[in-house]
Amino acid sequence: MTMEPTVFTAPPKEAASKPAIAITDLTMAFGTFLIQRDLTFNINRGDIFIVMGGSGCGKSTLLRHLIGLNEPAKGDIAYGATSLVRATPPERAAIMRNIGVLYQTGGLWSSMTLAENIGLPLGEYTDLSQREIRDVASLKLALVGLAGFEDYYPSEISGGMQKRAGLARAMALDPEILFFDEPSAGLDPISSRLLDDLILELRESLGATVVIVTHELASIFAIGNNSVFLDPDTKTMIAQGDPRDLLDHCPDPKVQKFLRRGENDATASAPQGESA
Amino acid sequence: MTRSAKKSAGGPHAWSIAWEPRADGTMVATLAGRWQLGERLPDAREADETLARNGAVRSLVVDGSAIEAWDSGLLAFLSRVATICTQRSVAFDTSGLPEGARRLLALATAVPERAGARRSVDRDSFLTAVGREFLNGVKSAGQLVAFLADSSRSFARMLRGKAGFRFRDLLALMQACGAQALPIVTLISLLVGMILAFVGAVQLSQFGAEIFVADLVALGMAREMAGMMTGIVMAGRTGAAYAAQLGTMQVNQEIDAFKTFGIEPMNFLVLPRMIALIVMVPLLTVYANLVGILGGAVVGIGFMGLGPLEYLETTQSAVGLGDFAGGLFKAAVFGILIAVAGCMRGINCGRSAQAVGDAATSAVVTGIIFIIVSDTTLTVIYMALGI
Repeated sequence: MTMEPTVFTAPPKEAASKPAIAITDLTMAFGTFLIQRDLTFNINRGDIFIVMGGSGCGKSTLLRHLIGLNEPAKGDIAYGATSLVRATPPERAAIMRNIGVLYQTGGLWSSMTLAENIGLPLGEYTDLSQREIRDVASLKLALVGLAGFEDYYPSEISGGMQKRAGLARAMALDPEILFFDEPSAGLDPISSRLLDDLILELRESLGATVVIVTHELASIFAIGNNSVFLDPDTKTMIAQGDPRDLLDHCPDPKVQKFLRRGENDATASAPQGESA
Repeated sequence: MTRSAKKSAGGPHAWSIAWEPRADGTMVATLAGRWQLGERLPDAREADETLARNGAVRSLVVDGSAIEAWDSGLLAFLSRVATICTQRSVAFDTSGLPEGARRLLALATAVPERAGARRSVDRDSFLTAVGREFLNGVKSAGQLVAFLADSSRSFARMLRGKAGFRFRDLLALMQACGAQALPIVTLISLLVGMILAFVGAVQLSQFGAEIFVADLVALGMAREMAGMMTGIVMAGRTGAAYAAQLGTMQVNQEIDAFKTFGIEPMNFLVLPRMIALIVMVPLLTVYANLVGILGGAVVGIGFMGLGPLEYLETTQSAVGLGDFAGGLFKAAVFGILIAVAGCMRGINCGRSAQAVGDAATSAVVTGIIFIIVSDTTLTVIYMALGI
């Protein structure tokens, strides 16, 4: 695998399995406004993959590209053997069928109850009866600790509950890959911790691949086993690998400063990554 | 020593500042009194001018020991002075300031301004503004074409039996835009019928032809006014609501969620709204016709003394089924256009509260323009075809 020389790559611990998502030479831009360029990394099956970086570096934009909401300016995003960028509508539908997304604001459909929110994709993609759909919806809600809230509208429950309901909906179709956009934003530390545990539990029990956009250090170290670090100044990635390895071995002061909440005087003299 | 606590209309200031250049290349700025917002604090340009007059000064020392009270006003002034000092390569010594002010000032100057972060707020020249407006217009036209293409595709899909939306959503939408609009449609069309009758009465009574008021009201309502007034009411009532609903869903990432579940917002959200309006606007127009003619009859019979039976017979002979059909066809076209305007503005909405408001406004404006322009076009076509 060829890598830009400036990107620090922590060595993988086990032999990498086939990547679930392969990002090649991805450049993201809005018109002429460059967000990030030359991103090349793999998200492996079973990873809890963290997209990290300071505010405004393009983390959420990267997620929107990965789930096909934005078109890349250049480069490719491949799910297994299929390129999302060049996918035909049926191929694209097949990819979409296999991913679940938890949006930053929850993104629950406000005109539907929680059970309907979870039931709608089930109705679209399966031949289940109304009763079965309702049962699956109840199960998913119970999994995220919202048993009994089937007939509540999203506006009637708290922000943390909306996040969990959003997670239940993301899991509706038992997707192979789950995306989380800042899952702990707006949650108190305990809820945030519970969400982390839930994500770990889901990975273990469903074997799902999880991609999380976050800058919550506690979560990054608690659950992440692979990551990419986006830098807003050079507008590209400057490190990738297990976050704990990056903490121990990555020489880049920006990465160190981020991972140590700014307390990186020990490594401040280390040479800085060239900005090409 | 230059004193600059200028006397203004409001009397002496509560603050004072004195600039004192010294021989060793330092300048001492002595601040005293109350340095608070609302005290008409000085402009930091004063520091610039003073430093310009004393070119030899290499460092500026602030003596704040006589400051009685301070708040953000002092900090805003001093941070501007700090910037000026940096520009002029003059050292800025804040050690003589109150402890709190010194620390806040250090905090404010700790992170230098990010290069290129500041937006230029230059106003566009006339030509730039014209060009920008033109490009916006082109973009908007492009959005319209793309939206029409998408919605026709999803309409065709529905005709092939893959509707892609929930039937009960359609019923709820129909109720909201149809049945719930009855009161306002009643009021508007009754009054429009009466107005038509009054306008006609003034002219026709000059020729002793009062009975033709019945013709005027019936033809006017059936061919033009019922459809147009219903359309305008629906553009304001329902078009704006659709734009706001879809716009808010855009802001809440609900539209994104549909897309990532492979559910086309065009099929699931836009199509039922279009169908609801295409069905309900003509139905409301039928009702508006009836109420409008009733309004005319109230004036004709109640104020002008025409006989009820006479009025009814004249009305019946004045309008044919063709007049009604022509009016209803127009109403169906208005329904499509209102739905297109509302849904298009909602789907293309930005991601802020301001954008949702703009989308609703623009949906009403676009909807009314569409209605008037298409009404004129259709009227001309009807005349050419002799309908």
